[in-house]
Amino acid sequence: MKKVFGKPKSLTKDPFTYCPGCHHGIAHRLVAEVVDEFGIREKTIGVCPVGCSVFAYVFFDCDMICAAHGRAPAVATGIKRAKPDSIVFTYQGDGDLASIGTAEIVHTANRGENITVIFINNAIYGMTGGQMAPTTLVGQVTQTSPYGRDAKTMGYPMKVAEMLAALKGVTYISRVALNKPANIIKAKKSIKKAFQVQLDGKGFSLVEILSTCPTNWGLSPIEANKWVEENMIPYYPLGELKTPEEVS
Amino acid sequence: MGEKMLMKGNEAIGEAAIRAGCYFYFGYPITPQSELTAYMSKKLPKIKNAAFIQAESEVAAINMVYGAAATGVRTMTSSSSPGISLKQEGISYIACAELPCVIVNMQRGGPGLGSIQPGQADYFQATKGGGHGDYHLIVLAPSSVQELVDLTMDAFDLADKYTNPAMILGDGLIGQMMESVEFKERKKINLPDKEGWILTGCKGREKNYIVPFNLDPYEMEKLNFKIQDKYNELKEKEVRYETINLENADLIVVAYGTVARIVKTVIANAKKEGINIGLIRPITLFPFPEKIIAETSEKVNKFLVAEMSLGQMVEDVKLAVNGKVEVNFYGRVGGVIPTQSEILTEIKKYLK
Repeated sequence: MKKVFGKPKSLTKDPFTYCPGCHHGIAHRLVAEVVDEFGIREKTIGVCPVGCSVFAYVFFDCDMICAAHGRAPAVATGIKRAKPDSIVFTYQGDGDLASIGTAEIVHTANRGENITVIFINNAIYGMTGGQMAPTTLVGQVTQTSPYGRDAKTMGYPMKVAEMLAALKGVTYISRVALNKPANIIKAKKSIKKAFQVQLDGKGFSLVEILSTCPTNWGLSPIEANKWVEENMIPYYPLGELKTPEEVS
Repeated sequence: MGEKMLMKGNEAIGEAAIRAGCYFYFGYPITPQSELTAYMSKKLPKIKNAAFIQAESEVAAINMVYGAAATGVRTMTSSSSPGISLKQEGISYIACAELPCVIVNMQRGGPGLGSIQPGQADYFQATKGGGHGDYHLIVLAPSSVQELVDLTMDAFDLADKYTNPAMILGDGLIGQMMESVEFKERKKINLPDKEGWILTGCKGREKNYIVPFNLDPYEMEKLNFKIQDKYNELKEKEVRYETINLENADLIVVAYGTVARIVKTVIANAKKEGINIGLIRPITLFPFPEKIIAETSEKVNKFLVAEMSLGQMVEDVKLAVNGKVEVNFYGRVGGVIPTQSEILTEIKKYLK
């Protein structure tokens, strides 16, 4: 019998430990599929963050390192500068990248470091139990915004992709979602482009992935997918914000 | 014979590091060590496959070091007191991940933004860990520009040997002063192979991973014990110090770095007045030369610890003599350097 579908080589045999309905599993798989398709597993080095995906080092079957909270882009910079022939990606959540790690991501992007950033935006802190993130929507109830996020005192949700796309050093930026098959297919294409940019030595690439956190949103997996569609996508529009002509 | 040159301390560190094979430098400007960052920015771009980055912050700089060290290259960062405080998170991660690197601290007066003149008040931070968790750095304290050169080279070897971050703990005076230095031919030494743990892509092998955590407390405790074993080995094998005139001394001064230099002149001046002073100068602050201090305390019953702090290393000296003899303290702080006559006056107080 011909095998038409299987686990990517770039994932280990370990079953994912993420919550039911969480999109980390899909995002991991897409990255792993892209690494497989380019045949770069043996020269890829992944940097995992602090947060739920701190365990990404268990699931990716390539060299991995865990960075301090928010510092993944700096760690990736050190790796890439020391080993320019390796393919380096960071995998970071919104608390990691958009809150405690803003300096690192902005300056890594601005230097045009030739790395790829996978940015999981689920509008909440997952691992610590559902606190407000910089990307939490206005009015969204979290453990630390129990009356809903009030823009007057807590600011507006941060649009990371738009913010970084304004930097000249950045080569490729897109925002994708994983809430339905059509979006997943687009997301994979986008991740592939981001890695292509790095393979071509063209500079900094980032894919912002709108993701679910059913556990901390207090929704079922299906409701969570719907919540992405109805609440996140209207505020965080999908699409490519910056792309070099050669890979578009 | 190596060549002799006149060099500023901070630049001499840079040259020594490059000659020790460190081609990856990440730093942030801060007085009084900026000449080192500038030196690396001039030299490293001329070396093939080397990298210099002026990082956006001290935090980013140490994390770039973490990333580079994970690939097996020799790498370093440098700063001065307030900047070193900012790096502590990263240093703790590097120690936990057991990665080798070198961190230079050209101390200035503290606390807070402090002053930009020399200080030694980061002794606790440097020798007791500095960041969170149970760890130590290998801490080397140079007393001259020549020693800056030699210890910088040694620091890379020691870091590689023990897969632990090493720190050069100098101060603004040593960093800023110019002295004649010689870059000596160094003996080739055998260092452990890094192949087993470095991240270079998993071609032809299982994946490697570096994770400075373990959510299983028993496993995390095991990792702590393993790291602790290295410190015990360091204490056994790597203690370094200089002694002067320990025989027949009426009083022993314990001082390191800049203060030890001053004390050497004090000893010569005191001798003219018929006062016999001995010096124990720790060169490794961690591991601390407690044995020689304990042994000396069997023969001389008066000690004075002189520091540019309000009493930090003195605690380790007291632990070493374990209450057997009198340990006195003299310190200037905030960027003030003690003078020879001040120290001699202090010594005379205890010899009455």
